[in-house]
Amino acid sequence: MSGQSDPIERAFREGSGRAVASLIRIVGDIDVAEDAVQEAFVIALSKWPVDGVPDDTAAWIITTGRRRAIDRLRRESLGRSILGDMVQDEALADPLEGEGEGHPMRDDQLRLIFMCCHPALNVEAQVALTLRLLGGLATKEVARAFLVEEATMAQRLVRAKRKIKSAHIPYRVPEGREWPHRLPPVLAAIYLIYNAGATRTTSTEEHLEDLCLEAIRLCRLVRSLMPREPEVRGLLALLLFTESRRATRVAADGSLVLLRDQARGSWDAALIEEGHALLEPCAPAGPYQLQAAIQAVHASARTFEETRWPKIVELYDSMLLIAPTPVIAMNRAIALGEVAGPAKALALVDALELEPYYLFHATRADLLRRLGRFDDAAEAYRVAASLAPSVGEENFLRARLRELR
Amino acid sequence: MNKYLLSVHAAPGADCHSMPPEEMQAAFQKIEALETEMKEGGAMLFSGRLTEPDTATVVRHDDGKILTTDGIFAESKEHLAGFYLIQAKDLDAALGWANKVTTAVGQPIEVRAFWNPPGS
Repeated sequence: MSGQSDPIERAFREGSGRAVASLIRIVGDIDVAEDAVQEAFVIALSKWPVDGVPDDTAAWIITTGRRRAIDRLRRESLGRSILGDMVQDEALADPLEGEGEGHPMRDDQLRLIFMCCHPALNVEAQVALTLRLLGGLATKEVARAFLVEEATMAQRLVRAKRKIKSAHIPYRVPEGREWPHRLPPVLAAIYLIYNAGATRTTSTEEHLEDLCLEAIRLCRLVRSLMPREPEVRGLLALLLFTESRRATRVAADGSLVLLRDQARGSWDAALIEEGHALLEPCAPAGPYQLQAAIQAVHASARTFEETRWPKIVELYDSMLLIAPTPVIAMNRAIALGEVAGPAKALALVDALELEPYYLFHATRADLLRRLGRFDDAAEAYRVAASLAPSVGEENFLRARLRELR
Repeated sequence: MNKYLLSVHAAPGADCHSMPPEEMQAAFQKIEALETEMKEGGAMLFSGRLTEPDTATVVRHDDGKILTTDGIFAESKEHLAGFYLIQAKDLDAALGWANKVTTAVGQPIEVRAFWNPPGS
């Protein structure tokens, strides 16, 4: 998924998830569905330039893929035996007959994401399957996104698909009462995909940035399928606010730019507006809505000094009620520091057990610096730099360390 | 319908032998109620509780000789204490029963599907 991917590749990415989702329902087998969609795109490559591009390319791919898949199943005379397992009633009916509300096809992508993010699969498998099947990324690309060998990723995908098949993980949309248990892993997978892209924005591997856009695309898809689910709106808002500032988070030399120093005028106003609109209807309750609400406060402040810190502290307090983790407590302490001063913040941060976390040391370093305790600050910057997850962040911390002298 | 093994894994001493009699009684009642529910729901195929793991015997072939040893096959903190063999539509249905079993017996439950021969 290079930045300069050609339009056909792009079309494949956009349409393949939908086609795979429908074909899994129709043929009842993930591998057969994936292969059929691949074949359909190969046929498209030779046919479309001659016959012209069809109006509804996705429908064309699904119809062609379905024919290929059924041919293959008949040829291998597995036919009904495979078709019996996952497939629901309308398996062999025309998949394109009407596609409005209530039609099974509308829910295919929802079935697919709930299957990919089934809690019986581990998180790595959930994320990999989501990117592969719903995002249409090649195994090689999924591997690159998570810094593992292609063979390792291929194995991970094979194992996950084998578990879905042998344990009979169903291809269905969970019922309402199951959602509190089933929705969080879906949202967590999308969030992880975004973060995998965002944490490496500072690296030299530019192709990885696409993961952020892929996560937003997936989140928009889930939102369109579950428009009323507050946490889905919350996650989408959070991603949009974060994305609105991504370009200003990195300086020309690749080092990190703190929120305090970012060029606010360059934040993407359209994304921010969309984020605000998603949050508006009700007071934030779930963890993603709360995180989004915090980002909304930052997005609304014209300057760092104008930030409504007491509001942010209040939102972190609400988050601590849901998830009392030391990382959230640290972020609350940082916000409180802007209201009550660095000494108060440092006292709170020092009480946390976050030794292995580089941002814990970076936070301490910043607070110590502001308190004029430069030797302690230098030591904290050194520890933070040694634990930094990317070169960009390490460079940033080392630059800060040099400024102390 | 697919078949699943729900196995009950228990730590030593974590069974009902160490409970006061009235608690043991209540635990048995919960399990009995669940087993009735499983039978009435058409899920139950077979179930059983095993004797203590130190009563196990392992038999194996070693260089053409039969070797019989006292004790369990693999030493581990938890041991297989019992199991339910159920039939269920899919993993979600099986996990639903496992959820009820773990609530009733207070031990973790491992859920595994039975292998279906190809073409079955």
